[in-house]
Amino acid sequence: MLDITDLNVWFGQGRDRVDAVKAASLAVEQGESFGLVGESGSGKSTILRAITGLAPDWSGRITVDGTDLGRRRDRAFYKSVQMVFQDPYASLHPRHSVDQVLSETLHLHGLGEIDRRVAKLLDDVGLGPRFRFRYPHQLSGGQRQRVAIARALAGEPRLLLLDEPTSALDVSVQAEILNLLTDLRAERGLTYLMVSHDLPVVGHMCERLAVMKDGEIVEVMEVAALRRMEARHPYAQSLLQASVAG
Amino acid sequence: MTLLDVGNLWVKFPTRQGMFEAVRGVSFSLKKERLGIVGESGSGKSMTGRAILRLIRKPGIVEADRIALEGTDLMRLTEIQMRQVRGEQISMVMQDPKFSLNPVMTIGAQIMEAYLLHAKASRSEARAKAVEMLEAVSIRDPERVMRAYPHEMSGGMGQRIMIAMMLIPNPQILIADEPTSALDVSVQRQVLDIMDRLVTDRGMGLIFISHDLNLVAEFCDRVLIMYAGRIVEVCDADKLHAAQHPYTRGLLNSLPRLDQPRARLEVLQRDAAWAEAPSVSGRV
Ligand SMILES: Nc1ncnc2c1ncn2[C@@H]1O[C@H](COP(=O)(O)OP(=O)(O)OP(=O)(O)O)[C@@H](O)[C@H]1O
Ligand SMILES: Nc1ncnc2c1ncn2[C@@H]1O[C@H](COP(=O)(O)OP(=O)(O)OP(=O)(O)O)[C@@H](O)[C@H]1O
Ligand SMILES: [Mg+2]
Ligand SMILES: [Mg+2]
Repeated sequence: MLDITDLNVWFGQGRDRVDAVKAASLAVEQGESFGLVGESGSGKSTILRAITGLAPDWSGRITVDGTDLGRRRDRAFYKSVQMVFQDPYASLHPRHSVDQVLSETLHLHGLGEIDRRVAKLLDDVGLGPRFRFRYPHQLSGGQRQRVAIARALAGEPRLLLLDEPTSALDVSVQAEILNLLTDLRAERGLTYLMVSHDLPVVGHMCERLAVMKDGEIVEVMEVAALRRMEARHPYAQSLLQASVAG
Repeated sequence: MTLLDVGNLWVKFPTRQGMFEAVRGVSFSLKKERLGIVGESGSGKSMTGRAILRLIRKPGIVEADRIALEGTDLMRLTEIQMRQVRGEQISMVMQDPKFSLNPVMTIGAQIMEAYLLHAKASRSEARAKAVEMLEAVSIRDPERVMRAYPHEMSGGMGQRIMIAMMLIPNPQILIADEPTSALDVSVQRQVLDIMDRLVTDRGMGLIFISHDLNLVAEFCDRVLIMYAGRIVEVCDADKLHAAQHPYTRGLLNSLPRLDQPRARLEVLQRDAAWAEAPSVSGRV
């Protein structure tokens, strides 16, 4: 479903140049859920942004569903690939109500029966009808993230890029959202590439994961190995250690 | 000694569907301690923190019998006096780091400005201090970050920059709203160590808002558990895993665990009675 080979992503130039991703390669099968973990600032979000075309400077190869991605992404791409951003505050337009956000997204994807679909989407993510006409500032952090997930689901994508989808959520909503994502994957055969710093969440959701440090993928491992706390790379080992100490 | 005493705090918002009560008569006190506030999304944690600083946006309403900071009732202060309190005595790390930073100013300029507001120092001293602050929160390349803008920061970097800024005024009380939710475990540990030192060495009071129950159990001294705008249970942090309230138990049981894989996570079954029971006092 997703193939990344030798991906480099950089920002800025001269002394401010940041090589955010260096020679990263990974492959995610159709229907698989793949985790991306690692140090803060190591380039996890940048990989997702490069896939969706939000990082202008990159080299290497990104293939989604057999198609090589170029500089631009067309509408068909955004129908099949959607991203849920790390920051639910920045990703929702402050002056658009929940209803507007979802209706417009549905409209952009060329879908009909908008009224019914908005109600269904809100229901799917565990927000009742009373949230429909609220604005982002009238929602708690977790409620905003659910709106962001509803928006990503609107076009019925096949590959979902999830950037810390539950780090702004409390554990009960996290359980609801993770169950929802589990069900959606089973029902619709979705593929997930999921960034999280929460190893138990990755263990619960994914089959495999990649560990990143300083722009590089230092290890790709099976979740079974994660559960046994077996990592080969020293950084991956220290990450596992720190998570049990906590 | 009690630093902060909150009595019967309410936060209300007029909405189309009538008055929405986000916080409903909460009472608690804070010593030189690490006080955790946990609870599900929308339970009123952030609004409780913001109300203490009177940072509830209009048309929201804050009511309280008292919000006493070392004997001074903040409810009676003017907005100008309140600004002084916010700048110097109580700092808050907001849940939305990037929103709280100025998007068109470099990180370095913002930290330096915050520092110069509080200290009589030259620009070069302020600059050195800013770099030191960034290093303290484990930012790898502080010189580059000084010149960068907020949108150029990763999620966890933004969060750490906010923490660095809040530590500048050397506050008596720090209200940290989900301060480590975007951090990987090792950086999280470093940030917690910083806050810990402020509590133990400088006698600061910390209100630590988080949905990470394991983290709160390990890091805090006491915990308030909030549901629907009220406190449903108060306990010592190290006894959180033995908490009694079915809501708290439900939260604990919904956590995924590496050592116990399962197909689906347990979801909280809410009981209408929880919202009706009177708020438990968190005063000591
Ligand atoms: N628009 C940008 N301009 C300049 N640098 C950027 C930009 N976006 C990201 N970076 C830099 O790229 C690096 C990787 O950032 P990225 O957001 O991918 O990290 P991350 O692994 O997602 O971290 P976190 O877990 O903290 O979210 C960081 O050093 C960051 O400062
Ligand atoms: N301006 C507003 N108008 C109406 N309701 C509001 C407004 N601001 C917040 N609320 C509501 O107040 C309640 C409490 O919000 P608060 O931000 O305190 O939640 P929280 O416990 O911090 O949740 P989270 O863990 O998701 O951040 C929520 O249900 C929210 O929707
Ligand atoms: Mg990120
Ligand atoms: Mg909050």
